[in-house]
Amino acid sequence: MLEINDLHVKLEEEDKTILKGVDLMIGPGEVHAIMGPNGSGKSTLSYVLSGRGGYEVTGGSATLDGVDLLGMEPEDRAAAGLFLAFQYPVEIPGVGNMTFLRTALNAQRKARGHEEMSAAEFLKLVRAKAKDLKIDADMLKRPVNVGFSGGEKKRNEILQMAMLEPKMCILDETDSGLDVDAMKLVSRGVNALRSEGRSFLVITHYQRLLDHIVPDVVHIMAAGRMIKSGGKDLALEVEQNGYADLLGEVA
Amino acid sequence: MALPQIKVDATEARLAALTRPEGGAWVSAARGDALARLGAMGLPGRRDEYWKYTRPDSLTQPDAPQAALFEAGAEAPPFDDIDRLRVVFVDGVFDAGASDDLSMAGVEIERLADAARSDIHWARDLFGVLEVRGQSPVERPLAALNTAFAADGILIRVTGRATRPINLIYLRKSDASDVILHHCIRLEEGADLTVLENGPAAARFNKVMEVDVADGAAFHHVCAQGRDHERRAATHIFARLGRESTFKSFTVTVNGQLTRNECVVELTGDDAVAHVAGSVLGDGDFLHDDTVFITHDAMRCESRQVFKKVLRNGATGVFQGKILVKAGAQKTDGYQISQSLLLDEDAQFFAKPELEIYADDVQCSHGSTSGAIDEKAMFYLRSRGVPLAEAQDLLVLAFLAEAIDEIEDEAIAADILTRLEAWLSRRRG
Repeated sequence: MLEINDLHVKLEEEDKTILKGVDLMIGPGEVHAIMGPNGSGKSTLSYVLSGRGGYEVTGGSATLDGVDLLGMEPEDRAAAGLFLAFQYPVEIPGVGNMTFLRTALNAQRKARGHEEMSAAEFLKLVRAKAKDLKIDADMLKRPVNVGFSGGEKKRNEILQMAMLEPKMCILDETDSGLDVDAMKLVSRGVNALRSEGRSFLVITHYQRLLDHIVPDVVHIMAAGRMIKSGGKDLALEVEQNGYADLLGEVA
Repeated sequence: MALPQIKVDATEARLAALTRPEGGAWVSAARGDALARLGAMGLPGRRDEYWKYTRPDSLTQPDAPQAALFEAGAEAPPFDDIDRLRVVFVDGVFDAGASDDLSMAGVEIERLADAARSDIHWARDLFGVLEVRGQSPVERPLAALNTAFAADGILIRVTGRATRPINLIYLRKSDASDVILHHCIRLEEGADLTVLENGPAAARFNKVMEVDVADGAAFHHVCAQGRDHERRAATHIFARLGRESTFKSFTVTVNGQLTRNECVVELTGDDAVAHVAGSVLGDGDFLHDDTVFITHDAMRCESRQVFKKVLRNGATGVFQGKILVKAGAQKTDGYQISQSLLLDEDAQFFAKPELEIYADDVQCSHGSTSGAIDEKAMFYLRSRGVPLAEAQDLLVLAFLAEAIDEIEDEAIAADILTRLEAWLSRRRG
């Protein structure tokens, strides 16, 4: 599924290297979590994979099912099955949430050589998926993320994920800004999407999200590299002892 | 002060190319007066402050510059799905055959060319009257020229609620037509009318619309200005608003060599409301100028200006907007925003917002911005699979939609939005 080898990335405008040789291999249907202190490069990794500007890849590779991701435009990566749930979903005044979802869905279908979905079919689908995430008709009608609470924004990200049915989902600190109930709701949405053909990369600061979205593998990232990998217990260890011990081990 | 010789010469040259239309007593008096006023002020020149950003030369030169007709393809004309009464002009001449029957309950519709033959007419109190009021404190010579020389146009008097909008359609068949049209619209107390306008009109179009909105009346206006790349247009709306009346005007303009739309509104009765809005898409060597002047001369009136322009490939946008609050116009609520989205480095936007306030208990605000497309929003859309060009168009539409939202009638607003969508997607190919 997702294969990252020795990935080196620097900021485009500054002489600052963020990722210093990241290796990661996620198989089909697996859920991996990345934890790590602030500034370790977790979010940068998610942005570089999804194609945001401002970064320069200076070495290494990232492929999705053998296809080189790094040379593709962001929209082509999406069509190839990559999805990033944003840490800070963007507000887009003037673009209706429904219009946005439908445009995105049909653009991806078109890119994959499928027929566009009819308005009626789309409406039926979006209503059903929205209901599961407790997203009401009003939220669907409003401009994308405008006036949404933190929780609503994150639920909206999961709705997009559910509609677009990607094969590789990256969740960038999806738990930030969520209360316990919202986190449960979002987690349930994510768990409902877990399947043999779909993999997840969950980036988080806190172990508690991983109580709800239980990972197969946990990686600890620090200073632009993965410094340790293990089972879900590794997250508990971090929660109890902090990163200091781990960082010390490596040093 | 004497006019500079260069202005005298330019004005005389232009007048020599025009023919004064024949007419009865009422209209001849108004035309004669307008001609005298025009002679005294002269046509606008590029040194005039009011024409600082827009060169008037091609609007004032004796003959209309050639303008190739534009093949719009198979697209339906604007407002096609709206139940409306169509009034058609072809290169500035009323076409009865192409128009609908001009009768509607509570509405008198008459061609200016017909009304001008009589010696007395209700339009005497309106024709050129609001135009004169709009000449101060800023001169608008092209409007005076219009009053002096317009041979045709439409006169509408509304006494009740019009059952459907009146759609003025300006067709164009000549690549050298130089058209002057003058409309007068009077809404009597409590009356209600929507006027729609569309079509390329002419190679060079000079249009004046005078609108008198009596107490408690409501006037709505939506204009889709022709897409013809080479056409030129100078239009004026002069409106006077009575107590508790409403005036709402929206114009969408796509391309066109040169467009200058002036809107002059005078709030003369307490609690009146005036909204003027516009959306512009300029892609190429086009100039679009919105010049608005709103005078508050009564208590508790509200005025609102919302202008949005999307510019690229050398397109230029101009906005000159003024709110004048006279002494005594207390509790005025004035708002003005002009914004441009510059899609590349060749596009430019000039904005000159002005407030002049002589009352002490008012609320007035204005803002003007120009900027590039929001990269964060672009990435968000693209990360969901929306291709670059489509994502850009979505954001362009969203930007323009804020002005389109000013249109009250949802079906008409949807018509405008759908049209812009179609234009954008066709350009995308």
